[in-house]
Amino acid sequence: MTQLPGLLDTEAIRKDFPVLDRVVHDGKKLVYLDNAATSQKPRQVLDALSEYYERYNANVHRGVHVLAEEATALYEGARDKVAAFINAPSRDEVIFTKNASESLNLVANMLGWADEPYRVDHETEIVITEMEHHSNIVPWQLLAQRTGAKLKWFGLTDDGRLDLSNIDEVITEKTKIVSFVLVSNILGTVNPVETIIRRAQEVGALVCIDASQAAPHMPMDVQALQADFVAFTGHKMCGPTGIGVLWGRQELLEDLPPFLGGGEMIETVSMHSSTYAPAPHKFEAGTPPIAQAVGLGAAIDYLQSIGMDKILAHEHALTEYAVQRLAEVPDLRIIGPTTAEDRGAAISFTLGDIHPHDVGQVLDEQGIAVRVGHHCARPVCLRYGIPATTRASFYLYSTPSEIDALVEGLEHVRNFFG
Amino acid sequence: MKLDSMYQEVILDHYKNPHGRGLRDGDAEVHHVNPTCGDEITLRVKYDGTTIADVSYEGQGCSISQASASVLNELLVGKDVAEAQKIQETFLELMQSKGRIEPDDAMEDILEDAVAFAGVSKYPARVKCALLSWMAWKDATAQALGGADAERKTA
Repeated sequence: MTQLPGLLDTEAIRKDFPVLDRVVHDGKKLVYLDNAATSQKPRQVLDALSEYYERYNANVHRGVHVLAEEATALYEGARDKVAAFINAPSRDEVIFTKNASESLNLVANMLGWADEPYRVDHETEIVITEMEHHSNIVPWQLLAQRTGAKLKWFGLTDDGRLDLSNIDEVITEKTKIVSFVLVSNILGTVNPVETIIRRAQEVGALVCIDASQAAPHMPMDVQALQADFVAFTGHKMCGPTGIGVLWGRQELLEDLPPFLGGGEMIETVSMHSSTYAPAPHKFEAGTPPIAQAVGLGAAIDYLQSIGMDKILAHEHALTEYAVQRLAEVPDLRIIGPTTAEDRGAAISFTLGDIHPHDVGQVLDEQGIAVRVGHHCARPVCLRYGIPATTRASFYLYSTPSEIDALVEGLEHVRNFFG
Repeated sequence: MKLDSMYQEVILDHYKNPHGRGLRDGDAEVHHVNPTCGDEITLRVKYDGTTIADVSYEGQGCSISQASASVLNELLVGKDVAEAQKIQETFLELMQSKGRIEPDDAMEDILEDAVAFAGVSKYPARVKCALLSWMAWKDATAQALGGADAERKTA
């Protein structure tokens, strides 16, 4: 077995993930390389979910019975874990949402309904990039259409990085918000946060970072990032589906208006008007995803027991190995950076003129799970003149031998359609 | 191997050597997409009365969607619209069967090369690929011939 410096003890880690033992298609060992879509869940998270439902289930806040108090403590305890995980200055800056998409939509709606100086209107501009996931494009298109604001974006270089050569023309005095992805889900690119934030701060624009592909894979420090909002989702970081996070700076959360109205988010309600609870509750209308938050807390405990810096090193070693092995496959073109430098562990590629759908199907027959299509980032496919890509993405339990299996599988694909 | 049930030789042949590909003159044109995978097709129909004079198409997509368009062209051009609709409905029934229909002789007589797609119906993610051109043809025909059953279709 290939030994690379920096690898985790995957033999031990994989024992925590029951699904990784599965065999598919008549005895093929599952090779799960679709981690950028969603991660698998360790036993510790599955146990936390069932324990919550078996012992504590109740609606949170305001209940005076034992279960309600315990469920509230677990739910709010999960908020503490998230706050510590991202080094938030205050737990009240952590808003639970359904997923990263909802987090980003929440920011867009806060700004659309805000008073000055945050208000996005027809005299202002919104800046995104061409490598965003649709979840960080469409909410801003909606906001632009509804307010008359102008939507602008950074283009991409041929080697899969942001083209910031015109940064002073893209981010201007009119810019109200700059929203961009920290690690691209399709290209794998890690973006230069500092350069963008420095320019945004010069013109007084707010900054929102989509950390969906970053939070699961590297240490996160929202204070060091210096952004105003950071969004990510639980299910890509060993947590359950249905739980996302929006972190926002406290003074902004105090000033900005709520988006969804309902129970839990109010202070008092009369038939004429209402006043609102302080953040984060102001932004959490209705019964929240309680079990899912508890599950996310367990996922954070799990990841921290291994160490985010060690997970980052593991994935970096795998990515270095993968780009080197994939370069051996004839007709394979990596879409995105071709080295592991400033690169995450999602690698998109094309294979000659074989359509990714066909590549994925033949790989699946060998038990290898990859993702095919435009990965909710169709503008990237248009930019590089391709209909779709095949994407392999790794996580803390991925191994070099799984990369070897992928490379062998691709040989088989070439023979099949050759 | 199970994969061979999807990628029948007939399908791979149509994929590598498509029939009637390219856009030609038509009475109606439609553009359909399969948003899950980015398959796209632009398809035109040309009618001579109720006879299908031509089905021309251009698109990008996987082997299944491309081969299916080729088979459609081979099967439908020259047929009367009523007969073509029966073929389309039979193909739809087969593709929605989740692998439960084993085509019999009667079905083979109707579908000819298109029975090769029976194996695709076992793969839910790929059924839309196989149906893309057929739904586009149905839509284009409704537009070309008018009538109450004209419908706008998105994949």
